[in-house]
Amino acid sequence: MNINELSVGQEIGSHTFSFTRDALVKYAGASGDFNPIHYRDDFAKSVGLDGVLAHGMLTMGAAVQVAVDWIGDGGKVIDYGVRFTKPVFVPAEGNAEVFVSGKIGAIDLEAGTVRLDLTAISSEVAVLGKAQAVIKL
Amino acid sequence: MVNPNVQGKKYPETPSYLVGREKIREFANAVFSTNPINHEVAAAKAAGYADLVAPPTFGVVIQERSLHDVLADPEADIDFSRVVHGDQRFVLNRPIVAGDELTSVLTVASVKALGAHSMITFNTEIFDVKKDLVCTAISTLVVRGGE
Repeated sequence: MNINELSVGQEIGSHTFSFTRDALVKYAGASGDFNPIHYRDDFAKSVGLDGVLAHGMLTMGAAVQVAVDWIGDGGKVIDYGVRFTKPVFVPAEGNAEVFVSGKIGAIDLEAGTVRLDLTAISSEVAVLGKAQAVIKL
Repeated sequence: MVNPNVQGKKYPETPSYLVGREKIREFANAVFSTNPINHEVAAAKAAGYADLVAPPTFGVVIQERSLHDVLADPEADIDFSRVVHGDQRFVLNRPIVAGDELTSVLTVASVKALGAHSMITFNTEIFDVKKDLVCTAISTLVVRGGE
């Protein structure tokens, strides 16, 4: 990819992720985060939540895949940060959809880096804020 | 409330964690990665890496081990059932690859009161066997205040 041919505002693609309860359990095992608010309705309700919610880190980890797919090499991500703005509630049956899209937010020709700005929408609200991945080309 | 006196506290280095290929594949599948360098050794090597490459957020697995020590620390006094993840960042000096043996050192960067809530920010530095810094994971937890 030639950095000189890129422009700020250019879209990098999008993907809709389907979060099921199974996906949350898989992520719990893969990450080691076994907080029961991510798989047990009774526990989630007992701590004042409306229901089981996805790990913020699952949303974060899925969202960056849009950037990874654009560059083709996830090892080129040198900085990635997000704010968790809204929970993604995941029902016991069915799923929650998270729509992720991205565009080029900044280009640093000297450093050879590109900042990709990601948005993640679920049930019409933004679930990540200031989601930015810096790619070293 | 989180004890503000833990600001600046550094927790002991975690035991070495050996990054395995199957763990990388498991994590990659869990975050919906289809990037071949996370799944196929040949693809990772063709891209110039020593072995399978972990997805960009894999550092959370190591951070989790350090966080566990903080959450178990009576001095910090964090009620885990009231914890909400506020923000997260990974600064990567290089990607984590299979075969890495990683340790982490967590420092409490700040403790702030936000009304009835507390915000606590951690810097977890992740090192390889040569003691080179591989990744810094920066995490803010919001601890909801009691009624």
